[in-house]
Amino acid sequence: MHELHERLKAIFPLGELTVQRPDLAFITLGREHLRPLLLELRHRHGFTHLVLLTAVDWIEEGCFQLTYLLNDRAGARDLGLRVMLPREGASMESIHDLWPTAATYQRELREMFGIDFPASPGVDEPFILEGWRDIPPYRRDFDTLKFAEENFNQRPGRATLDPARHMRDRLHPEGE
Amino acid sequence: MAYQPDRSQYPQPRPDGSLDIDLRSGKYLKLWQGPQHPGITGNMSLELTVCGDEVVAGRTHVGYLHRGFEKLMERRTFIQCFPIVCRICVPEPDFNEYCYAAAVEELAGIEVPERAQWIRTLILEMGRVNSYLMYLGGQAGAFGQAVIGQWTTYARDLMLDRFEELTGARIYHMFILPGGVRDDLPEGFGRRMEQTLREIEEILEEVREVMFDNAVLKRRAIGLGHIDPALLDAYGVTGPTARAAGVAKDVRRDHPYLVYPRLAFEPVVAQASDVHARADVRRRDLLLSIDLIRQILAGMPGSGAVMTALPNVLHWKIPRGETYIRGECSRGEYGYYLVSDGSGYPRRVNVRGPSYTHAVALLERLIVNVNIADVAALMVSLHTYPPEIER
Repeated sequence: MHELHERLKAIFPLGELTVQRPDLAFITLGREHLRPLLLELRHRHGFTHLVLLTAVDWIEEGCFQLTYLLNDRAGARDLGLRVMLPREGASMESIHDLWPTAATYQRELREMFGIDFPASPGVDEPFILEGWRDIPPYRRDFDTLKFAEENFNQRPGRATLDPARHMRDRLHPEGE
Repeated sequence: MAYQPDRSQYPQPRPDGSLDIDLRSGKYLKLWQGPQHPGITGNMSLELTVCGDEVVAGRTHVGYLHRGFEKLMERRTFIQCFPIVCRICVPEPDFNEYCYAAAVEELAGIEVPERAQWIRTLILEMGRVNSYLMYLGGQAGAFGQAVIGQWTTYARDLMLDRFEELTGARIYHMFILPGGVRDDLPEGFGRRMEQTLREIEEILEEVREVMFDNAVLKRRAIGLGHIDPALLDAYGVTGPTARAAGVAKDVRRDHPYLVYPRLAFEPVVAQASDVHARADVRRRDLLLSIDLIRQILAGMPGSGAVMTALPNVLHWKIPRGETYIRGECSRGEYGYYLVSDGSGYPRRVNVRGPSYTHAVALLERLIVNVNIADVAALMVSLHTYPPEIER
């Protein structure tokens, strides 16, 4: 993976390389270099399979991380490309023309994280949610507990236990 | 009615290649198949535009059983996620347990005992048998052969008995947890498993004769739903669907995990890439799984620990990092992308199920020009489970 990173670095200004396993590494790069890097990896290095495209919300740092995970089957290796986007007005170039199946991932990311992918087919259509009016629910600032309390009725007699407190009370009933 | 070569009565292509469909012309009908329909796998629906009895456009719709698993896991400790993950896929839940456990173990630096690795492999192959048996019943049923589903359901029940004695549960086993597996094999398990395998083999031989030698299946399934091998990577096609197109994609061999490097096997492939080829690959893959179960039981070390000591799981913090773990489930590549921020909760868990690509973009492409009566068979042939699309 280090050798591949060096070869790619000679062409693209790449950021940090994280080697997770001998067959799995992650590279951070600027959004403007994503498409040429994807093409380079697909056509010259055997990374023909788009395994997944997903996002991570780093709300404390004010950014989303898009992860494009590519697989080189012949070389038995995976490479994750990390693109950091500002959370405000997050938007990214679509890659549905490279992998048609990417349109599904992008449609879901638009709905669940609010990240736009202009020109991606059906990107503005609801994918999983119907009639959703709240903030995109997979953002870290979406409060699932508050949403559940406001929208669902509690069944009478049902109690929820915090596991840590429950076990402490069971093991140390007299108090610590 | 078969595909009509004379396309003058059907929608004409626009310059961009899409079909010119004017719903007000009276030539077309919108037809919803699902979400409650015997010709749908799981809870999803197909919005079909038909012209005569031919589908000219199809859109897939999911969202009927979205439970927000990925979001739920962000608010739970790592060990609390363990009983959640198996519920992402009902017919083959164990891959969720394995992928999640292996991802946590990798980020936390936990070594899993060898015997636990063998038992994990055994569980995954048992789950594959179950999933394929369910598939065979569905595929035959889509062509009107309802009796096959009754036979394979009986055979699946036999394997569920083995699951029950090993894990205590028939559907959601919650057996593969971070650190190993919950328990060792019960006394006499290998003998009873051998008996079960023999009975399943006998049933499969009858299935082969009645289902695969049947003229109706051959007439309807051969040539239906052909996938051009050149499209496999573009549409993220993996597993038996890719192997039926002549590409021996199999994570068990391409990216060996657990004890697969120590087992002797070759991926099952076919060339025709149609519904019949996919069914045949799965039937033969099922026989391969039976063989692998025998190899596992014969090769497993006689004794040893099945669980490693974990830190206090109520206060378990996992170092910052990210990883991806994959396995070959009965439908293709199943994977977990796990991101930890160093706290006691996952920052992000993303589940990559094969249905995500097969049941949406690929199905929408394949469904065009298919007869309405063949839609169910086509969809079943992709062996999709909607919960792993919407997680």
